[in-house]
Amino acid sequence: MRINCPLCGERDLVEFHYEGSSKLMARPKDENDMDAFHDYLHIRSNPAGLNNELWSHEYGCRAWLLICRDTNTHKILSIDLARDVKTKGSLD
Amino acid sequence: MNYSAWQILKNGLRGGKNWRPLWHSKEPKKSYDIIIIGGGGHGLATAYYLAKNHALKNIAVIEKGYLGGGNVGRNTTIVRANYLLDGNSQFFSHSLKLWESMEQELNFNTMMSQRGILSLGHSDGQMDSLARRGNMMISQGDDAELLSAEELRDYVPYVNQTDPRFPIYGGLLHRRGGTARHDAVAWGYARAADRLGVDIIQNCEVTGMIVNNKTISGVQTTKGKIKADKIGMAVAGRTSQVADMAGLKLPIESHVLQAFVSEGLKPCVDCEISWGAELFYISQSDKGGLVFGGDIDKYNTYAARGNLPAIENVMEAAMALMPMIGRAKVLRSWGGIVDMTMDGSPIIDKTPINGLYLDGGWCYGGFKATPASGWCFAHLLATDEHHEVAEKYTLDRFEKGYLLDEEATGATPNLH
Repeated sequence: MRINCPLCGERDLVEFHYEGSSKLMARPKDENDMDAFHDYLHIRSNPAGLNNELWSHEYGCRAWLLICRDTNTHKILSIDLARDVKTKGSLD
Repeated sequence: MNYSAWQILKNGLRGGKNWRPLWHSKEPKKSYDIIIIGGGGHGLATAYYLAKNHALKNIAVIEKGYLGGGNVGRNTTIVRANYLLDGNSQFFSHSLKLWESMEQELNFNTMMSQRGILSLGHSDGQMDSLARRGNMMISQGDDAELLSAEELRDYVPYVNQTDPRFPIYGGLLHRRGGTARHDAVAWGYARAADRLGVDIIQNCEVTGMIVNNKTISGVQTTKGKIKADKIGMAVAGRTSQVADMAGLKLPIESHVLQAFVSEGLKPCVDCEISWGAELFYISQSDKGGLVFGGDIDKYNTYAARGNLPAIENVMEAAMALMPMIGRAKVLRSWGGIVDMTMDGSPIIDKTPINGLYLDGGWCYGGFKATPASGWCFAHLLATDEHHEVAEKYTLDRFEKGYLLDEEATGATPNLH
């Protein structure tokens, strides 16, 4: 698997760190909402198919990337800078 | 027919013509009392213990492919009871005891070989941690011996103790640990379950769950609708997918774990060695191949193949541990899909759907758990109570904060 970083171009997988579901970008606002935090921290849709996920280009530009990837084939369908998507506000 | 030396002699002299298939391949009936989804080690063991320990009849195991074609046939065959945490240690201790009596229990040669498992330490801190783990194992009733660097030189002379980056200070030896023939475990449980009247149905994929008012009454399959009031899932890497058919979301991610085997070599590695600097382990199969592996690939996947960085990592660890391995050729590598939970420990519990039970989240450690998983899941299915050695494997422990986080890495499935 190679990942085409929007800032650095196509680089080897070894440079990237996988953080998890893009759901991790949507931290619940209410600190006391235990159900929402349980869902945020533990529950995953774990799809066999398209998965929106957070990667960091750790050994490159260190940018957080939001990647849409097919978990059956490892094919990457889209890569965006997470900060750009966050401002638009559509996640998971 | 009970297998014995006499039967081998008798049937051998008759040219092997009287051997019969180990189990009957059945077509599904319209309904059962209990259906187990997944004809792997855990599912078959569950069916066997339901029939044996709880005297239940009318049980089916349904398998989407062929029997034992999933993770029970794709692992590195290691059996051990060297866990630290209360909740895990008694479960795996129970499991190892079942492994020790399995061949007699099933009347089947599972080639159980208690050749010992050696975990290495590379610093004073790590030796302290191994000593603590050893004490926990001994207090659980299992065995552990702390070996010094000098003792290791006799025990595993080919290991590079003076690697400048990861010098070896000593190790923890768990003599009752070892390996077993993984396929034989599936076949042995299948044969034993079949003899007790369990229906084993292959090529029968579950395509839907029939759930009304939070109660399950059956499954839709590629061989039609099958009814049952109790349904147990034991589907390893596909746990999220199957649970999703009943509308359940779980604290699980699916990842790929790769493993490797070298060309056949003369006997050289006579125990199983776990490197302590990173996750790496190696043993030698009876055919002579060195069987080894390391960490998962660390990203969600259902593709049963991994990528190069994880392979390079394993090979570098192998070279650091025992440089002589550089002369051997890798024969093949493969990947299996494992269901990684948020705390790295499994789940054996009821689900929020009445009648639907879950045995999953075995991460990359499902094989050694096979007999106890079957034992405890059968207990749960039959009595609706947790077995005492598996009572901490609840589904709501994540929500309630009773995590069993052996690696202490938090809710990061890819790091357990």
